Amino acid sequence: MTIALAAILIILAIGWGGAMLGLQYVLGVILPLVALLVFIIGFIMRLVYWAKSPVPFAIPTTGGQEKSLDWIKPARLDSPTTTLGLIGRMALEIFAFRSLFRNTVAKRTDDNGTPRITYYSSKWLWLFALIFHYCMLVIIIRHARFLFEPVPFFINAVEFLDGILQVGAPRFFLSSGLIILALGFLLLRRICNERLRYLSLPADYFALFLLLAIVCSGICMRYMDKVDIAMVKVVLMGLVTFHLPTMEQVSQIGPIFFVHITFVSVLFIYFPFSKLMHMGGIFFSPTRNMKINTREYRHINPWNPPKKFHTYAAYEDDFRELMVEAGLPVDKELEEKTEKEPA
Amino acid sequence: MAKMPTSDQLLAQTPTSFPNKGWMDIKAEFIPGRFPYPAKAETMEKMGFTHAHTWAPEDEDWNLPENWEEILYNGLKERLEKHRSLKVFMDTCVRCGACADKCHFFLGTNDPKNMPVLRAELLRSIYRKDFTLAGKILGKFAGARTVNKDVVKELFSYAYQCTECRRCSLFCPYGIDTAEITAIVRELMYELGLGINWVMEPVSNCNRTGNHLGIQPHAFKEIVEFLCDDIETVTGIRIDPPFNEKGHEVLFIAPSGDVFADPGIYTFMGYLMLFHEIGLDYTLSTYASEGGNFGSFVSFDMAKKLNAKMYHEAERLGAKWILGGECGHMWRVVNQYMATYNGPTPACMETPVSPITGTVFENAKSTKMVHIVEFTADLIKHNKLNLRPERNNHLITTWHDSCNPSRAMGCFEEPRTVLKAVCNNFFEMPEHTIREETFCCGSGSGLNSEEVMDLRMRGGLPRANAVRWVADHNDVNRVACMCALDRAILPPLMNYWVPGVDVSGLHELVANALVMKDETQPRTMDLRQEDLEYPDPEPEEEGGEEMENGGEE
Repeated sequence: MTIALAAILIILAIGWGGAMLGLQYVLGVILPLVALLVFIIGFIMRLVYWAKSPVPFAIPTTGGQEKSLDWIKPARLDSPTTTLGLIGRMALEIFAFRSLFRNTVAKRTDDNGTPRITYYSSKWLWLFALIFHYCMLVIIIRHARFLFEPVPFFINAVEFLDGILQVGAPRFFLSSGLIILALGFLLLRRICNERLRYLSLPADYFALFLLLAIVCSGICMRYMDKVDIAMVKVVLMGLVTFHLPTMEQVSQIGPIFFVHITFVSVLFIYFPFSKLMHMGGIFFSPTRNMKINTREYRHINPWNPPKKFHTYAAYEDDFRELMVEAGLPVDKELEEKTEKEPA
Repeated sequence: MAKMPTSDQLLAQTPTSFPNKGWMDIKAEFIPGRFPYPAKAETMEKMGFTHAHTWAPEDEDWNLPENWEEILYNGLKERLEKHRSLKVFMDTCVRCGACADKCHFFLGTNDPKNMPVLRAELLRSIYRKDFTLAGKILGKFAGARTVNKDVVKELFSYAYQCTECRRCSLFCPYGIDTAEITAIVRELMYELGLGINWVMEPVSNCNRTGNHLGIQPHAFKEIVEFLCDDIETVTGIRIDPPFNEKGHEVLFIAPSGDVFADPGIYTFMGYLMLFHEIGLDYTLSTYASEGGNFGSFVSFDMAKKLNAKMYHEAERLGAKWILGGECGHMWRVVNQYMATYNGPTPACMETPVSPITGTVFENAKSTKMVHIVEFTADLIKHNKLNLRPERNNHLITTWHDSCNPSRAMGCFEEPRTVLKAVCNNFFEMPEHTIREETFCCGSGSGLNSEEVMDLRMRGGLPRANAVRWVADHNDVNRVACMCALDRAILPPLMNYWVPGVDVSGLHELVANALVMKDETQPRTMDLRQEDLEYPDPEPEEEGGEEMENGGEE
């Protein structure tokens, strides 16, 4: 965890220090462009890397009743046999975290001296994970306003809803508060729960710290250390339309912006090489994205090796005498073999 | 084998907290009772493993082949190229920990490396080091580590503390399937010449004699005839099942454990009685006398090799379809792999149709293999069986969903329909321990040997714990199941954690309740030849029996 924290502080120092040392153009123009490029290429390359390996076997996990006899109601979403059902299963997984919703927690308890394990439904992880991901989505949509002129209605609508509480100036966004809450929960969980603490890698803390750093620097920029937001839009629109901004324009923006954009750039660069690729991975998971119809339709394995097995003929050769003696039918009569042998 | 502690001692011995050191700094320990014995080098060689050698898990030196690092690297590389699942499962885990307490071995041992996430990290850490940019550059920060001989031991140890039950995969938000990872780690171990005896012997037997137990054709016939003697004692009816006969409609294949071991034999008797009663046109085969597939605990190729016999035999005998017995991992293979491995089916085979009810099993139109519980559930639904569930009144049953028919098939309502039709007393175990969330017996995937008894009792704790609940609250005294390994594994498990609870296959209970034409009336014994607590009424009221059929509940 300390390594992860140190890494974040170093990035912070680079962002802030760079802005102070006059490297605004590097941090605000070159780095984001490089990051975007690495993200897009890296992401696609990882998808291609996965797709290059075939799916030799159909191994869906059945999450409910199979389709067998007419009078038994199948679980259409948890054990889908149709394309529609499968789309439903994947949609539930992606938009509602279906599997995580099943989560339980096992506790050792004592029932009048009888030791027991009891399972309680546990939805906290599901809830906060869902909050985090949806806030993330809202925040990304809100930030898209920096890339469009005029700002599309859709983005304004999301922003309006996000600020529906109508408190603070500038208006406080629900997503900002909730995402900190959710990230805080996910972080505390890793620190306080013995199991999570034991299995966590530095990379797990790094991802959480990085996201927190992005959110915090963003909030800071909005509410405290305000920057020339119009100029930020000029710079960012310049980036995406390849009308690169001038040094003069970039240097008008306050240093906190460079901290924020450095963190975001690091996230983009880090993304394709890390566990964050679970975003793409879920679509490729064969236990989820395959239909439960493996007896109805044959799944083809492109590298299916040739059949090599102990044939019946070899088996009968091995046991023919015993089989005949026991009155079991045989394909070749006993004489045939004994006749052949002397010849 | 080490002496087993009592169940209380076992619980007291379980650590309550995690070690102080990080998991990468802890070597795997080989404690008697928790690791399986190695396979014999000659058996491995016979089955085609190039690096078979003599070794023992508790030894310091495992005599790994000289170029073991290369073998491991190439083995992993090859499998990454063959299985998209492996790549995705290596890359997408976010270590959210949802899987942690879903594993029965973790609940029973509290060993952090038995959390599915860490079990997978053992392999992931190597993968990152050798196959990812982040791992190469950032090393430990990104969770990468260099493989050494201790890591190999660790991989072996934890690949054999997983029964590939897939409970974790149900709860994983990305569907990461530890069974897939364990299966591939086991394959890699076999490449290094590290196999286990309890799996390799049955595989070798099955290859030659047609079944795991190595029963030769004449002996197989003899054993089945012996079971027929018992059926005659109970019912007065003599059954002579056909063996290896051509021209029958159905080839019936059951797990060989049902022919051989108590209480599986009663299930086998149940199959035969049912077939006789409905007049099914079937044959048994001594060549394809194994439904189970221990090859699937070795490698995908080995599973395919053993499975190939089913279609081969169906073709030789000219069977139209295959009916499969009650078995768990058999149905993992049949349901999800068989068609892919060894399909398409021989030309003589057709989409299965029940000759009794006319039901077309569209759901099996590719594999042409029907689960006997589906088949029987269909018979019962169509009122084709004369049942007297009172004969099972001395049993208070619960249903154990076996992992494979649950999470690799989704067979939940069929067995419950059958069980409720043949037993008047049935209670579900608590939620989160049944259906798709069911707990493993703790000894599947080739871990049902005596030498791992300590591990088995720990792994079976969550299952036993749920049975104990219904035993305490509903006086349940019989666990019913549809898996031959369960029938072998659950009795000692029950005996250890919930004494007084016995185990039955589903078709044992069906046959108990089945009123057969021409059977000696009244039936006074169950298939175990124990006196019925509620014997049949004296057979004076002719024709009254049909009225009792169905609708009793």
